Amino acid sequence: MAHSALLRNFGKHWMKPLTLAALVAPFAYLAVLWILMLTSQPYIMGFDPVKWTHHYLGDTAIRILLVTLAISPIRDITGWAPIVVIRRRIGLAAFFYALLHMLAYVGLDLEWSIPKLWEDILLRTYITLGMLALLAMVPLALTSTNGMIRRLGRKTWDRIHWLIYPLAILAVSHNILMQKTLFQVQPMTHAAILAVLLGWRIARWALKRMKPTEAAA
Amino acid sequence: MELKFRRNPNYQSLRSEMTDEPFFMDRRKLLATGGALGAGSILGALPACSEPQGAIAAPANASAHPAPGAKLAAKKAAYAVSDTTTVEEAFNGYCNFYEFGTDKDDPADKGFLLKTQPWQIKVEGESDALGNYAVKDLVDFSKLEERVYRHRCVEAWSMVVPWVGVPLSSVIAKLKPKATAKYVQFETLLDKKMMPGTRLPVLDWPYVEGLRMDEAMNELAFIAVGAYGKALLQQNGAPLRTVLPWKYGFKATKSIAKIRFTANEPKTAWNKANANEYGFYSNVNPKVSHPRWSQASERVIGGKGGFNERRNTEMFNGYEKQVASLYAGMDLEKNY
Repeated sequence: MAHSALLRNFGKHWMKPLTLAALVAPFAYLAVLWILMLTSQPYIMGFDPVKWTHHYLGDTAIRILLVTLAISPIRDITGWAPIVVIRRRIGLAAFFYALLHMLAYVGLDLEWSIPKLWEDILLRTYITLGMLALLAMVPLALTSTNGMIRRLGRKTWDRIHWLIYPLAILAVSHNILMQKTLFQVQPMTHAAILAVLLGWRIARWALKRMKPTEAAA
Repeated sequence: MELKFRRNPNYQSLRSEMTDEPFFMDRRKLLATGGALGAGSILGALPACSEPQGAIAAPANASAHPAPGAKLAAKKAAYAVSDTTTVEEAFNGYCNFYEFGTDKDDPADKGFLLKTQPWQIKVEGESDALGNYAVKDLVDFSKLEERVYRHRCVEAWSMVVPWVGVPLSSVIAKLKPKATAKYVQFETLLDKKMMPGTRLPVLDWPYVEGLRMDEAMNELAFIAVGAYGKALLQQNGAPLRTVLPWKYGFKATKSIAKIRFTANEPKTAWNKANANEYGFYSNVNPKVSHPRWSQASERVIGGKGGFNERRNTEMFNGYEKQVASLYAGMDLEKNY
């Protein structure tokens, strides 16, 4: 493939810090809203800031997760290789927002009641799915360091990180099932994007199997 | 909230004729909608304010009820709760009224479209006083009382609201139900122009709710025409609505256009939409979960500081003493 030399090095140096700033921004925004709510503008997040906060964190987590899944297709299609260096930190940010989303729900909404949490996990499908998705993210987050990649070996590491596909499906299902009515714009948009990102991988895998020589080239 | 006005001599003179609240609503909508709608149509949609040209039209008509937001005089009734009253801004800004849209702020944004004057309530079914009534025919405005009630939404949030109105039993007495009337059914107005949410098939419009006659005659059942000392704004069901503090909020009917006495249990809106989740009785009950969430506790909306805490939900929303006898011997898990 004839990708330009410019793309091969584009962003190599500034991409990491810029990505970090972009990933911290949603949290900083939330922090500012909370400070304003507690000091001068009590209804800046509407009249149910608790619900607003955990929905905001959940939406942010799912969107960042979808961005993580978009990195490889972008690299493969454009040949912009350095973009891969930011993939792990984006994935890690998705985990942190998902964790904050869960903590906001358990802390602010359930007020740290473990029995209530158990009841929700056992009885309510969308919470079961959400918790499973978060749980599946833990090994990925723990093995996200350079040292862990070295220790595990690339093959094992890849096998563990394959979990991102089922967990993304779990996360989007969680998002769809929590709605009052099935078809709402936002979760359906998330589902459509995920379908495209997974569909692209399936298509590529199928193509490779069909023409092994060409794919190896 | 600080509002800025362009100085318009007509408006300045008009202002003194108007009550504060509709004026506030009016300006906000004017600013918000800009040129999208003609100013005339917006003003025209506002009941009992004025003609767009600035002619003063005070509601001289004896049958006219107070416009949304007009001050109401009411005697304080014995009903009160210990918790802090919800801030008025939250009461008027965080509403479920799907006739205006499914978001919590849709009713506040689009409520101005609903013209509440003139208003007619049609009485049908098993009654000896069938016909059409004005609000003032049913509600005696000289006997208004203020009752502070807990309000518990089925979505596990709650408010504490100082309603203004009359006992539902006083309204029903005027409508002379026959002995064959076992239930009373309330219907919200259905008007696709004034209620844009009804253009979508979210529910089987019009919104229908109902009560057993003994429930309707209970001392707590209330017809509200106001809250916070003012006539109800459209987003909260102007000009009149039911308030049933021991039931989930959706059992109340806003902007009532029809009352029907029936021998059989009415087919109610949410029950028709999803019978597994919303039963006919829908009494507040912390022990019976909604299929998708627990009803054991609730988020308190509109506290003074913004941040909303949780409180434990009480059986019959804390009104067990007044209503428990209505359901003696009934299995409340089955009759949710």
